[in-house]
Amino acid sequence: MGLKDFFKNRQLKKAAKLAANGNGHDLKVEPPVCDDQLCILWTKCQGCNELLYTSELKKNYSVCKHCEYHHRLTAQERIDLLADYGSFLEIDENILPGDPLNFKDLKPYTVRLKDAQKTSNSKEAIITGIGTINNQPLAIGAMEFQYIGGSMGSVVGEKIVRLTERAIEKRMPLVLVSSSGGARMHEGILSLMQMAKTASTLKKLHEEKLLYISLLTEPTFGGVTASFAMLGDILIAEPQARIGFAGRRVIEETIKQKLPKDFQTAEYLLENGQIDLVIPRQNLKNIISELIRLHFKSTKLKDEVMPFSQIPLFARI
Amino acid sequence: MKTKQEIIPLDFEKPLIALSKQISELEEKTLKNGDSKIVGDLKNQYEKVKGQIYKNLSPIERIKIARHPQRPYPLDYIQAISQTWYELHGDRTGKDDGAIVGGLIEIDGQTVMVIGTQKGRDIKENQKRNFGMPSPEGYRKALRFFYHAEKFNFPIVTFIDTPGAYPGLEAEAHNQSHAIAMNLRELAGLTVPVIAVVTGEGGSGGALALSVANRVLMLENSVYSVISAEGCAAILWRTKDKASEAASALKITAQDLYELGVIDEIIPEVEGGAHYDHKQACENVLNSIKNHLRELKELSPEELKTDRQEKFRRMGAFSSI
Repeated sequence: MGLKDFFKNRQLKKAAKLAANGNGHDLKVEPPVCDDQLCILWTKCQGCNELLYTSELKKNYSVCKHCEYHHRLTAQERIDLLADYGSFLEIDENILPGDPLNFKDLKPYTVRLKDAQKTSNSKEAIITGIGTINNQPLAIGAMEFQYIGGSMGSVVGEKIVRLTERAIEKRMPLVLVSSSGGARMHEGILSLMQMAKTASTLKKLHEEKLLYISLLTEPTFGGVTASFAMLGDILIAEPQARIGFAGRRVIEETIKQKLPKDFQTAEYLLENGQIDLVIPRQNLKNIISELIRLHFKSTKLKDEVMPFSQIPLFARI
Repeated sequence: MKTKQEIIPLDFEKPLIALSKQISELEEKTLKNGDSKIVGDLKNQYEKVKGQIYKNLSPIERIKIARHPQRPYPLDYIQAISQTWYELHGDRTGKDDGAIVGGLIEIDGQTVMVIGTQKGRDIKENQKRNFGMPSPEGYRKALRFFYHAEKFNFPIVTFIDTPGAYPGLEAEAHNQSHAIAMNLRELAGLTVPVIAVVTGEGGSGGALALSVANRVLMLENSVYSVISAEGCAAILWRTKDKASEAASALKITAQDLYELGVIDEIIPEVEGGAHYDHKQACENVLNSIKNHLRELKELSPEELKTDRQEKFRRMGAFSSI
């Protein structure tokens, strides 16, 4: 967004606010140019505290040009980053969470869900679908950290399982991008069972000899790391991303000592032999697509006559 | 375990202790006087209070029973249910985790691979057992046992009593997540019968890594949860004092899990909990395992695998438009 838009947006928002309070009934109310999240002109880098022009930051894949800090992407931004423009078709978007335990802490779970849907602008903590990456088909899922910390409940589990089954059926590679605090406590034992559910479907994919690339992004922890996220044939992480099983605080409390600063970072995991690659965001798409190309040379797509990219969108699923 | 040892009472059992003390004091007196009516009344009251306490156990009270230091541990069950017991050791890559035990036993003449998480009874044993919290090497040791059972077509029985996988520096450096994830995936692919018995605490992923089974059984007073009640309270209520509320909200008792369709059977315990009668607890567990093994014997290897995968495929609560 440019400066002009920014000021126009401010005026429109003021008018809208007045109208909402009943003072500006004679004003013609137009919707603001963009919502609050997008109309921030400047963003403070979370890595080096430098002020960055938001539109430039977005152009640079939300990577800070000074310190290369990789800011969190939304699920949609992640899909846009990896899938070819216009190729992505979302599936199972209408699987919605229930409240199996009638869970209530300081707030009822149902209220939390509604709040999460509002703040994240997403129906659940994952988006799944089919698309292409540099003209090669893929089944892709990206987690939405804004939605209750990207936690895995029944919906996340079910959507991953359905996506995996789709990958098996169409004999496509699977790419899952995780960003999550772990299992969703509000669904109790059923959220724990999603670990077994996703892992057991990935066993089928494994036996079908299909490629699964797991991309770990800031942050990936708990039940998500300890199930599907660590089961990739190839594990890739973004620079500086924190990835682990237990959280830093829990470990420090348990062992009663301070942990090294780089503990549980992508680089630390790479050094300890836990992941294959740490790749900066701007190279991710090309490297993932190259890896897929290398693995899928000998495999033919099922029932495919024309290249996947030429199949009309509606017929791909 | 020695039956002579006195049972350590839990907080909520205190009224009972007071009553029984009163009874024995009175009994001594009445022996001299010969009037036993008051004692009889007191005894009735004792039974009434006992019934009330044990019938209406709250989730947090069940957690206390599940964590009782005198509760039978997996090794107690293993040694009680089979005369044969050959313990096997090590993950073959550098460690033998004491928190995971495993080996070969016989049930009804059939060789069975048994694996369990094991807590220690004293400080010294707990140094070795790490309070029943397995490290990645422990899960890899278990994985080795799964493959062994698969190769020789032995059914697998697992016993679970763990606060969870160990959250430590070394555990992270050796990839705890991957060790657990691999067990989940590989258990799902086995073609032998797998039965999991939660005997005490079923602590989150650390417990699940041994519980992707055809049949999941729970002892009446055991608990199985995605997070400890204390941990959940600290995060969602922002204070550990709310553990009792968290325990109720999380639905962690055997009865709750049975109603949610997550487990297949509740194995009964004697009044007050399995620590009051180890022999009975072991007998009940053995009987239940035998029944399930008999049923699973009817399935072919491929059916056993599909049965397990389908079972977990169904789990979850959501709506679709």
